Amino acid sequence: MTKHKRKPQPSVAFYNNPENRSIIYQIVALIAIFLFTYFVLNNMFVNIEKRGINTGFDFLSSEAGFGILQSLIEYDEANSHGRVFFVGLANTILVSTIGIFFATIIGLLIGIGRLSKNYMIAKLSMIYVETFRNIPILLQILFWYNVVLASLPSPRQSLSYLDTIFLNNRGLYIPRPILENGFSAVLIAFVIAIAAVFYLSKWAKKRHDETGEVFPLISTSLAILIISPTLVFFLSGMPASLEIAVLKGFNFKGGWTLIPELLALAFALSIYTATYIAEAVRAGIEAVPNGQKEAAHALGLKDSTILKKVVLPQALRVIIPPVINQYLNLVKNSSLATAIGYPELVTVFAGTSLNQVGQAIEIILMTMAVYLTISIVISMIMNYANAKMQIKER
Amino acid sequence: MAIYKKLKTRPAPLGTKGIIYWIKENLFPSITSSVLTFLSFLLLYYTIPPLLDWMIFDATWSGTKEEITGSGARWIFIFEKFNQFIYGFYPEEQYWRPNLILAIFFIYVIGFKKTKSTLLRAFILISFPILSFLLLYGGFGLDVVPTTKWGGLLLTIVVASVGIIASFPIGILFALGRQSNMPIIKTISVIYIEFIRGVPLITLLFMSSVILPLFFPEGMDFDKLLRALIGITMFQSAYIAEVIRGGLQAIPKGQYEAADAMGLTYWQAMGLIILPQALKISIPNIVGTFISLFKDTTLILIIGLFDVLAMVTLTSTDAKWLGFETEGYVFVTMIYWIICFSMSKYAKSIEDRFNTNHR
Repeated sequence: MTKHKRKPQPSVAFYNNPENRSIIYQIVALIAIFLFTYFVLNNMFVNIEKRGINTGFDFLSSEAGFGILQSLIEYDEANSHGRVFFVGLANTILVSTIGIFFATIIGLLIGIGRLSKNYMIAKLSMIYVETFRNIPILLQILFWYNVVLASLPSPRQSLSYLDTIFLNNRGLYIPRPILENGFSAVLIAFVIAIAAVFYLSKWAKKRHDETGEVFPLISTSLAILIISPTLVFFLSGMPASLEIAVLKGFNFKGGWTLIPELLALAFALSIYTATYIAEAVRAGIEAVPNGQKEAAHALGLKDSTILKKVVLPQALRVIIPPVINQYLNLVKNSSLATAIGYPELVTVFAGTSLNQVGQAIEIILMTMAVYLTISIVISMIMNYANAKMQIKER
Repeated sequence: MAIYKKLKTRPAPLGTKGIIYWIKENLFPSITSSVLTFLSFLLLYYTIPPLLDWMIFDATWSGTKEEITGSGARWIFIFEKFNQFIYGFYPEEQYWRPNLILAIFFIYVIGFKKTKSTLLRAFILISFPILSFLLLYGGFGLDVVPTTKWGGLLLTIVVASVGIIASFPIGILFALGRQSNMPIIKTISVIYIEFIRGVPLITLLFMSSVILPLFFPEGMDFDKLLRALIGITMFQSAYIAEVIRGGLQAIPKGQYEAADAMGLTYWQAMGLIILPQALKISIPNIVGTFISLFKDTTLILIIGLFDVLAMVTLTSTDAKWLGFETEGYVFVTMIYWIICFSMSKYAKSIEDRFNTNHR
C-alpha cells in the first residue's frame, strides 16, 4: 500500500483518515498483545506456585547426577546442570560439523552429477535425490540406528579395515593420534606455510595483473601446505603416534570411539541434507546463462578455465545462500537426536535435565535461545556476504 | 596468388540417430565417462538384485509366522498389523468412519471441480472439516472415540491437514503484517516469523506440550493432540507466511497502485487484487512447505503421539512379532515416499503450467 502524502480533506471523518487509522490499529494490536501476555504470565505464575515448581536459574549450578554417553569436555555425574548444557552444546556442534562436512561433499558431487552428460551418472544422481528427499529425516535416523547399525556384528566379529579401523554394533573405532612434546614444531611449520601461501597468492595475483602470466597457485599452495609440516614432522623425529583400538575382553579399548548414535545421526543428516544441497548446486549452475559459456568458448578459453573463471563465480552467488540455509536446517534437525538418545543439547538438557529439575520454562527457553542465536549469527554473516558478493551494477 | 586445391571429400557422418549412436554419446563419450558408466553399472549390479530378492522373490507373502522360510522380507507382518498402521487404536467396528471421510473427500473434490457456484464451493470448504471432525471424534449419536485412540496414518493425515488448514489464514495475516507499513504490526510479524523459523520444531513441540498448559488457568485441560497441533500450526504458519510474502513481493507495484487508484480499501485491494495473484504464484512453494510439514509430522512421536512411524516401534514390541522392525520401517518409508513424491511432482507440474516465460 502506498502512503497518502496529501493532506486529508476536512470532510473525511477522523477514524477514516488512513494515518489515524493505522495508529489506532497499532495501538489496538499492542493492547491485545499486552493483555494476552499479562493473562498468560499471570496464569503461569499462579500455576507455578500451585505446582511448587522452582523458578530462576539456580538449577544450573546444582548437581546433575546422571552420566552422559559421550562428552567432548570433561564431565562426570557430580557436575552441574550448567555443565550438562555445555556438554550438550558441544555434542550438537560436533554432529553438526560432521554433518555439514559430508553433506557438502555429497551434495556437490550429486549436484554436479545431475548435470553430467553421462546418462547413467545423471540418472543415478536423480534417483539419489528423489529417494532421500522424500523420506522424513526422523525415519531415516531411526532406520540407520535401529536397522542398519543394530544389525552390525558384535565387537568380537567386528568388521575391520587393515586392522586399524573397526566397526561393530558398539560403534566405529578409529586410531587416535597422540601428540608428543616436539609436535608444536609441526604446528609452527603449518602456520608458516599458511602465511607463505597467503603471500604467494598476493604475489601471483600481482604478477598476473602485470604480465598476464598464470601461476599454478592451487597446486603450489597445496604442496607447500602438505610438504612443509610433513618434512618438519619427520625431521623432528616423528613426535606423534597413532593409538589403535584393541579388542580387550568383550570390547575395544583405546583409540577414538564414534558411538552408534553419533554415526546414525551424522549419516542420516548428511544424506538427507545433501539432497537439498545437490539441488541448490544444480540450480546455481543452471542459472548461469548459456551465453556466458559460449562467449568464453568464443574467446578461446579452456574448459577448466571457463569453469573456474566464468561459471563458478556466477554460480556460487546463487548457490551459497540456499546452501547456508540448509546448514541451518541441518543444525536444527540435529535436535532429532533425542529420538535415538545421542547426547546433544535437546536430549541431555531439554530432556534429562528437564526431567530432573522440572523447570520447563527456563530450560526450553535456553534451548531455543541457543538455536535462535546460531540462526541469527549465521544469517547476519550471510547477509553481509551477500551484500559483498552482489554484482556491482551501474 | 593463392592456389586452390580440391580437398578430398569427407565421408558422410555416421548416423546421428539410433541406439548405438545414443549409447556411444551418452554412456561412452570419453574414457573418464566410460569408467563412470562402468562403475554405475557395477553399483546397480551389487544393489538391485539383492534388493529385489529381499523385497519380492525371497519374501514371504502369505501364510503364518511359523511358515516363514525365505530369507527375504516377511510381509505377513505388515498384513497382520496393517490395520494398526493405518488406523492406530481406532476401534475396529468404527473403521467405517475414517473410510467414509475419505469417500466424502473424493466426492467433494469432484464436486468442487465440477461446480461453478461459489456458494457450493464455500459450503464444501466449510463443511468438510466440521463433518470430518464429527465423524472422527463422535457425538450426535456416534460413539465418542477419544483422541488418545487415534493413531497410525490416520493421525499423520489429521495432523498434517489441520496443520496446513489452520496455518494458512494465520500465515496470510503474518505475511501481510510483514509487508505492512505500520511499524508496530511489522515488528510483531517479523519477530514471530523469525523466532519460529530460528528454532527447531521439536523445541516448539516441547514448548506446546510442556509449557502451554502452564499458560492457561487450571481448569482448561488441553488434549495432548491439540497441544501438538498448536505447536505444528505455529511452526507451519511462519513458513507459509514467508512463502506468501515471496508471492506478494513478486506482484508488480502497479497492481497495488491501481487498486489504490480505484479507491479500494486495504482489505478489498488485498482480497480482490493482490492476494489472488500472490497465492496463485506461490502455490508450488506452498505445496513444498506442505511436503516438509508432512515429513515433519513424524516428530510428534517424540512427544508421545502414535503416528504411522511410531507404529513401527509399537507393533514390533508385540511379543508375538519381535524383530520385524525392518519390514515396518520399509513399509512406512514407502508410504511417505509415495505421498511426498507424488506431491512434489504435482507441485512441479503446476510450476510448469504457470511458468510462461520462454527461456
